[in-house]
Amino acid sequence: MNEILWEALRNIDGYIYPNEIEVSWSVLIALYPYITGLVAGAFIVASLERIFKVEEVRPTYRLALLTALAFLLAAPIPLVAHLGRPERAFEIMTTPHLTSAMAGFGFVYAWYLLVVLLTEIYFDYRKDIISWAREYGGIKGFIYKILTLGEWDDSEESLKADQRVVNIVTIIGLPSAAILHGYVGFIFGSVKANIWWSSPLMPIIFLFSAMVSGIALVLLIYMASSYIRGVELDQACTDTLGGYLLYAYILDFGLEVMELIHIFYIQEEGFDAIVKLINEKIFLTFIVIQIIFGTLVPIFLLLIAKSKIFRFNVRKYLYIFATVLTLIGVFAMRWNVVIGGQVLSKTNMGYAYYTMPLLGPESASLAIAIWILPFIILAVLVKLLPPWEAPYKWEKTESE
Amino acid sequence: MISRRKLLTAIAGLAGFATLRRTVNAQEPTENYNWNEHYYAFVVDTTRCIGCGRCVRACKIENEVPMVPFFFRTWVERWVWLKDHEEPNVDSPNGGFNGFPPKYDERGISKTYFVPKLCNQCERPPCVQVCPVGATYMTKDGVILVDEKYCIGCRYCIQACPYGARYLYPFDGPRETRRGTADKCTWCYHRITKGYKPACVEVCPTQARKFGDLMDPEDEVTKIVEEERIQVLKPEMGTRPTVYYLGLDSEVR
Repeated sequence: MNEILWEALRNIDGYIYPNEIEVSWSVLIALYPYITGLVAGAFIVASLERIFKVEEVRPTYRLALLTALAFLLAAPIPLVAHLGRPERAFEIMTTPHLTSAMAGFGFVYAWYLLVVLLTEIYFDYRKDIISWAREYGGIKGFIYKILTLGEWDDSEESLKADQRVVNIVTIIGLPSAAILHGYVGFIFGSVKANIWWSSPLMPIIFLFSAMVSGIALVLLIYMASSYIRGVELDQACTDTLGGYLLYAYILDFGLEVMELIHIFYIQEEGFDAIVKLINEKIFLTFIVIQIIFGTLVPIFLLLIAKSKIFRFNVRKYLYIFATVLTLIGVFAMRWNVVIGGQVLSKTNMGYAYYTMPLLGPESASLAIAIWILPFIILAVLVKLLPPWEAPYKWEKTESE
Repeated sequence: MISRRKLLTAIAGLAGFATLRRTVNAQEPTENYNWNEHYYAFVVDTTRCIGCGRCVRACKIENEVPMVPFFFRTWVERWVWLKDHEEPNVDSPNGGFNGFPPKYDERGISKTYFVPKLCNQCERPPCVQVCPVGATYMTKDGVILVDEKYCIGCRYCIQACPYGARYLYPFDGPRETRRGTADKCTWCYHRITKGYKPACVEVCPTQARKFGDLMDPEDEVTKIVEEERIQVLKPEMGTRPTVYYLGLDSEVR
């Protein structure tokens, strides 16, 4: 660990406070808002069908819910792994300090997991779980029997009640998703000591980039899962999601540009330091990866897809490119906020140096492992609660 | 016939010994300390600091701060304005721990000064506000402390401090119970509650650092705060520091 600090010390540019040599929030903290953003975004995709009655995206409804759950389960891992005293993590829930933006995490998380996601998934799947519990024996049947939670009533009436519950939970869930992620933005936006973070726009920027990343993720997983299962993509669903991705992108980019225009026009104290930060220190991750390849190129690809000048077979590849670039670009955005904000010294006169170790705590390998984990959880969830069962008319694939 | 130099040293030594004796005698450790009867303040006279680094060394020894150049409860900055340079040159090699080896050609310097830095013990501390578990708190006598048995090491307070006064106590640091938690200057709370001065104040050879009790109207620090033209660091942050600077240049952040 000390070697990293000595290297950081050698690579300081200008004058920074001596305690700033160690970059406190590492790649794991960049990963955390990325994952919660995907949760919020995926849930918003699910609510498109539920609340806004966008019937075209119906094939992705359950997939989006499971995606949100898989990523939500992984969300606390980077946080806890990063703590200096992980064994005390629960203090944040048992003795929260209410003026802290961070103290809300446990509650927002528990609310979102227990009240919103698990409830919605349970009631939406209840009918299927009961039928699976009756159908399967052995361990699988046992798991489904537990998942019924002892409620076997699948009369017409109770199923109707289920749908009402799901609708209500989704209506509660949408603002909850917004709070879950907007609040993460507030954690950064409320730090007045850091001129790169401190901004009232931060929660909204985080929210819209969350929507962008969540829609992209669900779309990509939908396309990948269809490919794996060997089914045709639902053209209307894919195009509609692509369309929403484009709209979310335009709002997101608009906000980002507003923020930048504000910084460049106001030219407050520390302005020169920010200019150098953008032009030299995070040029690659900010201008090249986040803005050009992570925002402008996907918007361009989505616009081409939207214009429908190409056949669906070609559009499909446009979507794949656009969503992959989006996922990279949004991660770059989190990186630029978290790491960029710490590289810029609070002296406004210098820059710290961040290196990501390959192995060990707070390393690249750990970040990658945490990033892969939700996909494994999702695979298990999909196996357990197939999101593509009846009432959808593509059961034929089950035999394949 | 003794030389003038020796004579001066002897007088200084005697005077210093006398002062030390007097302080210790006058302020016996008090058993029943009442934090409602004190409100402390710190004065840094930048015109007096000579950049010897004794304060940095004393602090590290007194408070078990790791002896590596990444962790400081207090440090000293050297600000040098060179002729025909618009921006100042600032450095703090090892926080000023070893003093400041000459670096600039004197003829090229237009102005220069040292600025000792430490926790500002703000009256409106952002670090206390953001702590998710309430492990960092403000005492009645105006000091911000960290409960090392309680801190979870999330480092939000480190981010929130505009002055860079906090650091995460490293996992190989000498004090085991403090590892993985946030650490910062406490104005040597273990000393001041017994009536002693903070270690950095005690060792400062030029009285560039002064520590006192604002509830004591006769205290030197009280008089400076009341009568002199004082400044604080980054007043625009709205943190209301209680470390007051004399002779601070406007560029110093």
